[in-house]
Amino acid sequence: MKKTKFLIATAILGIATFVAIAADHIDAPAVSGGTSDITDFYAFQGENSSNIAFVANVQGLLSPDATGSASFDENTLIEFNIDTDGDNVEDLVIQATARDGKMYVFGPTTPTTTGLNSTILANSTNQLAVDITPYGQSAIVESSGGIQAFAGPRDDPFFMDFNRYGEIIGGTATSFNNPGADTFAGFNVMSVVVEVPKSMIGGTGTINTWVESKRKQ
Amino acid sequence: MKFNNIKLYAVAILVSITAFNCSNDDDNNDGPTGPNFAGTYVQEDQMGRPAVNTVFVSGGQKDAFNTTVPSEQGAMFQSMFQTNLEGLSPAYANPGDTNALGLDSATFTGLLATDVLNVSLDGATTFYDGTNVLTGRALADDVITVELLLIFGGEDFSENPGLSNDNVDANDKAFLSSFPYLASPW
Repeated sequence: MKKTKFLIATAILGIATFVAIAADHIDAPAVSGGTSDITDFYAFQGENSSNIAFVANVQGLLSPDATGSASFDENTLIEFNIDTDGDNVEDLVIQATARDGKMYVFGPTTPTTTGLNSTILANSTNQLAVDITPYGQSAIVESSGGIQAFAGPRDDPFFMDFNRYGEIIGGTATSFNNPGADTFAGFNVMSVVVEVPKSMIGGTGTINTWVESKRKQ
Repeated sequence: MKFNNIKLYAVAILVSITAFNCSNDDDNNDGPTGPNFAGTYVQEDQMGRPAVNTVFVSGGQKDAFNTTVPSEQGAMFQSMFQTNLEGLSPAYANPGDTNALGLDSATFTGLLATDVLNVSLDGATTFYDGTNVLTGRALADDVITVELLLIFGGEDFSENPGLSNDNVDANDKAFLSSFPYLASPW
């Protein structure tokens, strides 16, 4: 009995590990499944076409049962990086970090240093704090100076037949099914959404953006 | 007299305890009640375009890729990307072979190895919508099928039809037209 349970648990763990690495979900050993694991990044024109919305999702594959107790790690900094001059080095950052039920958002602002180590730019002119929306409640949104922010659990917006992709890569299948099955259906993520006026991030042209998670040392 | 001395000692000890507590608060830069944002935060994960680290970075290099700044990723990882792309889709190894964007193996992996998302500030923002290419990433973009087409679909998206579409074309919940855009959780 015990052995059966252990085997089932191992099998489930194996399947979970296997299905969990698409988009950027559980992409690398050091962050795999932890509170700093970025699952996805989006950047798109907002409902107001003068704005760009940035989305960072962390902590993928939360089942509905696990979502209520999921929380943002107060030692993790989520940082949107924005390169406005085409050299792939950030000229502006938007930082988000949780403290005591609130998500604090700083920026867009110029970082004091670029690269792998950051300090929180708590003196930025652009800043706001938004209550983290509890599971099961309507989205709480805060805005200030043209910037809007949300933080809390959401449906994972990523969709893919990752199981079948794994079978193809693993050599046990030769093509996708039609229709395919969305491996991420029914799962949630922890989301941070920040919308800012385009005028704050270069105004016109093309920007290069990426998101980072950083841990307090 | 003796009693006064004891009182003095008591006061002195009390003052020193209080003073110690006060000085211990000095490293809290926002005062005793505000949140503390001090300290250095060191990178663990990063992401630009979807699925890049998962698909193109070899097993032992995934953490290194996550902790290399984008401006140095091309020089460090492009050749590994090219090897892995040609492993997945061997036609790329043929001289002159390109994808539907007209990019050959070296050029395509040169683009992908610098893992940033290009975002237009002047109009449509989409990974690919039939017209615009790499001008952002919207929630509804079928990014996996776009990447499969660019990896397996050949010059006109007609090659390897069984590999170039996962046939999951939309999310399991409708997105919102207004902020925060993502659907409520299950």
